[in-house]
Amino acid sequence: MTVSLAIEPKLTDFDPLAALAWIRPEADWLAIRYVHENTYRRCARNGRPEENAMHLERGVMIEAMVDGRLAYAATSDLSREGVIQAARRAAGDARATAGDRLADFSPDWRPAVQGCQNASSAAWLDSTSLAEFSDRLIQATQRLRVTDDVVTAVAEAVLLETETRYVASHGTDVAQRFLMTWQHFGAIAQAGGETQSRSMNGPTARCVQGGMETFGWDALLDDCQRVGEQALELLQAENCPDEVLDLVLAPDQMLLQIHESIGHPLELDRILGDERNYAGWSFVKPEDFGRLQYGSPLMNVTFDPSLTGEFAAYAYDDGGTPATREYLIREGRLLRGLGGLESQSRLGLPGVANFRSASWNRAPIDRMGNINLEPGSASMEEIMGSVRRGISMEANRSWSIDDYRNKFQFGCEYARLIEDGRLTRVLKNPNYRGITVPFWQSLAAVGKADSFKAYGTPYCGKGEPNQVIRVGHASPPCLFRAVQVFGGGA
Amino acid sequence: MSFVQTSRELLDGLGNAVFGQLISGEELTLNLAAEDQHYLRFNGGRVRQSTRVRQQRLALRYQALGRRVDFTFDLSGGIAADLETALSLLQRARAEVTALPEDAYLTVVEQVERGDVHHEGRLPPLDALLTVIGEEGRSADFTGLYAGGTQLRATRNSRGLRHVFSTENFFVDYSLYTVNAAGENKAVKGLYAGRHWEAGQFLESLRRSRERLRLLEGVGRPLEPGNYRVYFAPAAVDAIIALFSWGAVSYSAWKKGDSALMKLIEDEVRLSPLFSLSENFALGLTPRFNSLGEVAPESLSVIEQGRLRNLLINSRTAREYEVPGNAAEVGEGLRSPDMATGTLPEANVLSALDNGLYIGNLHYLNWSDLQHARITGMTRYACFWVENGQIVAPIRDLRFDETLYRIFGSELEAVGATAEWIMRTDTYHQRSVGGSRVPGMLLRDFRFTL
Repeated sequence: MTVSLAIEPKLTDFDPLAALAWIRPEADWLAIRYVHENTYRRCARNGRPEENAMHLERGVMIEAMVDGRLAYAATSDLSREGVIQAARRAAGDARATAGDRLADFSPDWRPAVQGCQNASSAAWLDSTSLAEFSDRLIQATQRLRVTDDVVTAVAEAVLLETETRYVASHGTDVAQRFLMTWQHFGAIAQAGGETQSRSMNGPTARCVQGGMETFGWDALLDDCQRVGEQALELLQAENCPDEVLDLVLAPDQMLLQIHESIGHPLELDRILGDERNYAGWSFVKPEDFGRLQYGSPLMNVTFDPSLTGEFAAYAYDDGGTPATREYLIREGRLLRGLGGLESQSRLGLPGVANFRSASWNRAPIDRMGNINLEPGSASMEEIMGSVRRGISMEANRSWSIDDYRNKFQFGCEYARLIEDGRLTRVLKNPNYRGITVPFWQSLAAVGKADSFKAYGTPYCGKGEPNQVIRVGHASPPCLFRAVQVFGGGA
Repeated sequence: MSFVQTSRELLDGLGNAVFGQLISGEELTLNLAAEDQHYLRFNGGRVRQSTRVRQQRLALRYQALGRRVDFTFDLSGGIAADLETALSLLQRARAEVTALPEDAYLTVVEQVERGDVHHEGRLPPLDALLTVIGEEGRSADFTGLYAGGTQLRATRNSRGLRHVFSTENFFVDYSLYTVNAAGENKAVKGLYAGRHWEAGQFLESLRRSRERLRLLEGVGRPLEPGNYRVYFAPAAVDAIIALFSWGAVSYSAWKKGDSALMKLIEDEVRLSPLFSLSENFALGLTPRFNSLGEVAPESLSVIEQGRLRNLLINSRTAREYEVPGNAAEVGEGLRSPDMATGTLPEANVLSALDNGLYIGNLHYLNWSDLQHARITGMTRYACFWVENGQIVAPIRDLRFDETLYRIFGSELEAVGATAEWIMRTDTYHQRSVGGSRVPGMLLRDFRFTL
């Protein structure tokens, strides 16, 4: 019998609505968020299997309100007794912390909606055999290893099935299912004392919603060959110059630029100071909304949970708020922040449906979803043609920004010099640094819709207790004027 | 029955039942990671979110026919239901190994060792904790996280190995904020952690933090990027030492071309004789056994007086490269780093610095050029400009870009005579165990770029 990729372990049934009835007497208002997620990790290195794993998360987060105060309790014990005990712990904490709360809770922050969203895929996990898939990953490492100078070739696929259900005692009932994948194909080359890495769009950027149809193996294997060859190219390349130059960023680096210098500073819980002890505050102040010229007039940024296939597309956030596309920045002007109903109420500012949690064991906070830079009107020829001397960079490999999201330094895997409007020599160790608002104000060209590409990351970290969450970022290539670029070395 | 007892009984019950189902040639290792924690998040001295988390996560590592499969699932706590799930995963594992290619680097733990350690603690009563923080919130802008409760890590295998480590402890990881004379936000970082809550010790931690906060109330000194003498307080050193666990001292990463310290490993470069670093489980903060149940040496010198002594090697790496292993964990990172102290007394730090920057904390470190061990990051929290051995003014935060070879090598002038114990406060997925012991460091020259 053929073994397919899909795993279906035996699990006890759990009905969140029935569980809500079990705990109804425990508090004035209650909600249950149930999460069941299967994460499959399949990995090969240098022609051999490296990891074959499946991680199953399953549990509930109880929200209990007593006298207008809310507390959370999470448990993986889904028995009647286990859920009731968790509800009692949450209700007890709501009472115990009543005099020390930052803000009263309103059930209005959890809309009384009913709805569902189902995952869509042209090929589910049970459509592919495990043996065939493992063989493809091994083939990928063989194609990456174009010569023996490629010392490490890695092909990794993560497949993810998620089911969530959010029910609340005032009638909310939202069910959502997702199927996602992310892929990493990377090569490390060594020769003559030099070591260089190259991957397909960066180590964690190839993140999408969808199933096995997202693995177009013929094209992927050809691309593995290119990645391996470019790792070798980098061994021979000259260092990125230390100079102020025009900079073209490919969509697989724009994802990081958007994430760190737009997404995080616009999170309303950061602006409220919730995050000050960990990831930091924000240079954006409440009075900046509607006023701050964040970037050049070419800059249009949306929160877009509706873009089909993008990594963080969803219909409802984890508080049950219906998710809609909204402009955060239009023609460079800051309009709206990233905050769910709680933060919107605390700040008195508009936000979006982004109250999200990493899993059943974490309370939701304001997170990015899909944050996209909308396409402009420039063709690649026009972008390159407007540069006398500059650098084009691809695929993130290094990132760091301060706790107010001002001073950043980012590095890429691969770059080419632009001279008189043409791409010329390959450059290694490309880095650049800048300050958020002046950098975005230097945005001089935005690629057209045909160059708009969606990537993401599964590893956005934030919150106390800490949470990693999946985000999507789509963008065309963009041109920035007069940026400090520099290379590597001691 | 306590959470620790129920977790142990669950592991033993499941283990006995699942191991009893194995047939000849099958190897199975079970890992249990469990916690019963209260997480309290504060902003402005008030509770932002209160979250209780009770979770028990079981990992099964199955090997047969020269293949390996790993499955993990959240236990419900009911042994009958959890056993049914575990047995269905065992069936699935048996099917997978018939479909997967052979794995040439499988390992089996031959030593059937057993160990059991429990550290009893005394957690703060919730009302007492809220009272102290609430009062602090009236005199300073307090923000942070309290995490307290029980953690358990346990490993059993089908050959009879059994290790259990459980501990009851807490931390309050906090910041105090103020606005300085120029209207800029300034903050200090504090950490009070331990097994036995003492309100007086927490109040003393807060008092010291408030004292430092007052130093930040003056007008900040904007400094131009460039090269400066610097003193890194232990918390800042700890942030840099954490990067050693990102592949820098991993044998596997070195062989894969992914170690930042390749030049040190290959003896092209030496660090300062003032710098020594070991993996020291005698600190008692983390279990000595890894996820396979292998017990690491109590102390392993990694870098001694600037020269590499040992890389961390797990058994899979050892098998692949045919070298002896040292019971490192899967990622070959440091689980209990201990940096040797030097001769610079705490009281002489400012006079030894003379003119330069006192750096209390660092933020968001990352490699900027792995091959040259170059890192970038930001200053954060209590950082001061010092002149003639006196604190003159707080600074505005600066970005740096510098190599580990200069930090721990050519520019290292002195190492602090006392070290701080820093408990791990990361809580991704579950609360981490472990911590480090590090002193401060005085550097002749350090490169700021923005």
